Amino acid sequence: MRAADLRTPAIGIDSVEHQARLLRLWETAPGLKGFFGTVDHKRIGIRYIVTAFVFLVLGGLEALVMRLQLAGPNLSLLTPEQYDQLFSTHGMTMIFLYASPILSGFSNYLWPLLLGSRDMAFPRLNALSYWIYLAAGIFLYVGFLTGNGPNDGWFNYVPYATRDYNPGLNEDFYSLGMVLLGISVTVGAANFIVTAMRTRAPGMSINRLPILVWGTLTASAANLIVVPAVSLAFFLLWMDRQFGTHFYEPAGGGQPLLWQHLFWIFGHPWVYAIVLPAMGMVSDGLPVFCRRPLVGYAFVAMSTVATMILGFGVWVHHMFATGLPGLGLSFFSGASIAITVPSAVAVFAWLATIWLGRPVITTAFLYFSSMIILFVIGGVSGFMTASVPVDWQLTDTYFVVAHLHYVLIGINVFPVVGAVYFWFPKMTGRMLDERLGRWNFWIMFIGFNLAFLPMHLTGLFGMPRRVYTYADNMGWNTLNLITSIGSFVFAIGVLLLFVNVVRGLRSGARAGANPWDGPTLEWSVPSPPPAYNFAVIPTVTSLHPLWDARLSPSATASSLDRGMLLEQGKETIGTTSLDATPDMLLEIPGDTVAPFWVALGASGTFVGLLLKNWGLVSVGVVVTALAVLAWLWPRRALGEREVAS
Amino acid sequence: MNNDTAVAQPRDLPVGPLGRAGLGWFGVGTLVATEAALFSYLLFAYYYTGAAAAPGWLLEPHPVLKLALPNTILLLASSGAAWYGERGVLTWRRRQALIGLGCALVMGTAFAVVQYFEWRSKTFSLGTSSYASLYFVTTGFHMAHVVVGILVLAAIFGWTALDYFSPRRRLVVSAGVVYWHFVDVVWLFVFTTYYITPYLGFGK
Repeated sequence: MRAADLRTPAIGIDSVEHQARLLRLWETAPGLKGFFGTVDHKRIGIRYIVTAFVFLVLGGLEALVMRLQLAGPNLSLLTPEQYDQLFSTHGMTMIFLYASPILSGFSNYLWPLLLGSRDMAFPRLNALSYWIYLAAGIFLYVGFLTGNGPNDGWFNYVPYATRDYNPGLNEDFYSLGMVLLGISVTVGAANFIVTAMRTRAPGMSINRLPILVWGTLTASAANLIVVPAVSLAFFLLWMDRQFGTHFYEPAGGGQPLLWQHLFWIFGHPWVYAIVLPAMGMVSDGLPVFCRRPLVGYAFVAMSTVATMILGFGVWVHHMFATGLPGLGLSFFSGASIAITVPSAVAVFAWLATIWLGRPVITTAFLYFSSMIILFVIGGVSGFMTASVPVDWQLTDTYFVVAHLHYVLIGINVFPVVGAVYFWFPKMTGRMLDERLGRWNFWIMFIGFNLAFLPMHLTGLFGMPRRVYTYADNMGWNTLNLITSIGSFVFAIGVLLLFVNVVRGLRSGARAGANPWDGPTLEWSVPSPPPAYNFAVIPTVTSLHPLWDARLSPSATASSLDRGMLLEQGKETIGTTSLDATPDMLLEIPGDTVAPFWVALGASGTFVGLLLKNWGLVSVGVVVTALAVLAWLWPRRALGEREVAS
Repeated sequence: MNNDTAVAQPRDLPVGPLGRAGLGWFGVGTLVATEAALFSYLLFAYYYTGAAAAPGWLLEPHPVLKLALPNTILLLASSGAAWYGERGVLTWRRRQALIGLGCALVMGTAFAVVQYFEWRSKTFSLGTSSYASLYFVTTGFHMAHVVVGILVLAAIFGWTALDYFSPRRRLVVSAGVVYWHFVDVVWLFVFTTYYITPYLGFGK
């Protein structure tokens, strides 16, 4: 045994010299090298958030153009082909390029701070997942901007997606872009899982995890298992289109429904993946403004997991109208109805938290609490379509469009904007304006409901989704006009958010470390947090380390300012998965451009595949392989190889 | 002071990964999980398509095992060789490690070559029918994983030759070898599906 193998970490308290030493170890170098090489989870998290908001704006503009087209009957602002690409690109953008990455961004930024760690388990993988996300987003949008956007809806059913009906490059851009994006989601999911299992502060046992961590962990576990289904589905589609295979084509013995199965085996768990972390934001943020801990923590945590487990078994409810056997439908209908139970558990826990607390009405509180209402509306309309006969009546009508927007805007956008108000002070050290925040909230809330509540009726009156216009005498005119007006009001509300953010960055009031008097570890560090997050590793003895003195004065309090110093290198503590007992010192890799090169190589490969330029594909593969080799080369500093004897 | 009792004060913690205990081990676990899911969807596509297909869908009702069976045994044996090589690292016997990993590398490459001839011997091609597409794409996906596995084994072989590892500092070796085991185990599922289940009556 060698002396360097084991070490007893020094215990101490925070000091100025200690911080300076840590900063030297952790700070990203300025300039281009730092820009492309940083592995700091906070910088990567903010990149994710900013990029995802850019896509939200793009997807929103696409929606507004469509709402202009649909504002009245027989309008001709858009051709049918343009409309096809717009609604498909809108769906793709919002679901794949906004809804999931925005949550990854918040989780990336917040996780190590919530967990009492100095970075994610795999910081370089974290950088890779961002670069590939960016590359896939650009790839997909190059398609759209060159007139080759997806044109078959975001779920892209065959046979319309096959080459016979869709000869352009549209579906090839979409297919390959989605496979590329899948790499980003998968490596990100792997990173979250290992981070949650291995890098928590000592004492943060599994029953002391913030619900946001439960949400993202559950979503990541699901993504790890289901993303390959959609990547495969798109890959096989591309093979069918470009290499004459017969996976989906009946003439060659293929199965068109195979597409739908593979897509929805992924697609439905994905819906939960893009709401569970947002529900976690509410579970963690709402109690802060109710001035009490979340009611029923264990139930909410378990319902998060239960939702996902049931969520694996509901995908056929997207396929009720495809003529599958009745026995199969009733199973999936039953599972879809059962999933309301864990959802209701969360709803009642939030309501009880407000009821038993002393709510402080802030903008963040308004967003978090209004999400409960929107979740119930979206949940009930989902529950309705979980019933097979009702679904047969409503499928492919605007009722479903209303439902999915209540779910995605209600349970994703509203909590996310609440999270911006809640955590912006942590990220920037400045507060957002509360007065403007109220305007922001009420305009968004009213605009959203004005746009989407009447849309249920539009659907019940029989208007099919995805039609580029409608006749004058269908009775849909007023409803559509209201929806179009509401969508513009909603857009103004979103615009106010950006105004508030810009004003906050320039002249917002200074935020201290803990402006909301929050209970969790991220509020124990300065705003914005230093590169190393925690000067000393905290020890946690409860769910609410910062409220210990108030909630249980007699018990042993968490230790925030005294703990392991870990200043001999870029280090954080590794802990066991259940009890969070320290079991190793984790050596954190320094900044490196290898992930950027891997992403560049992979992007080159995919562009090559799109153009069938095998030279470019080869170059891309070689660049990727070399960058991976450089990345994985065992390093002494990381304890990956033996010190030469 | 109340705070003192709470502070975690662990002693003698391993610095970085020792043995298998490191984040990389968890990392390769997630990789195996997602890859296993990928192959289960590929096999799902086969069984789903086959179960609903008309008679005559199987282009090879009695798959020829002349190359495939020995090749399967060769691939399994390469897993044994990789294991033997890993044991060499564990017991600090570099010669054994290089022989084991080197043999696994050669056997893996041989599997790929034989598989190439197996593909050439088929009377159908990628675009013949859905069965043919499934066969070539599934075995092709597996081949892609074999190629990656060969590169991984080559890297580990090279690093072992450079004397990088010891019984305690060797997570890279164990992670690479477990990936190779995974590639071999997946082949058993692919092989069973395409070469054995027709004899058991699937797709008739």
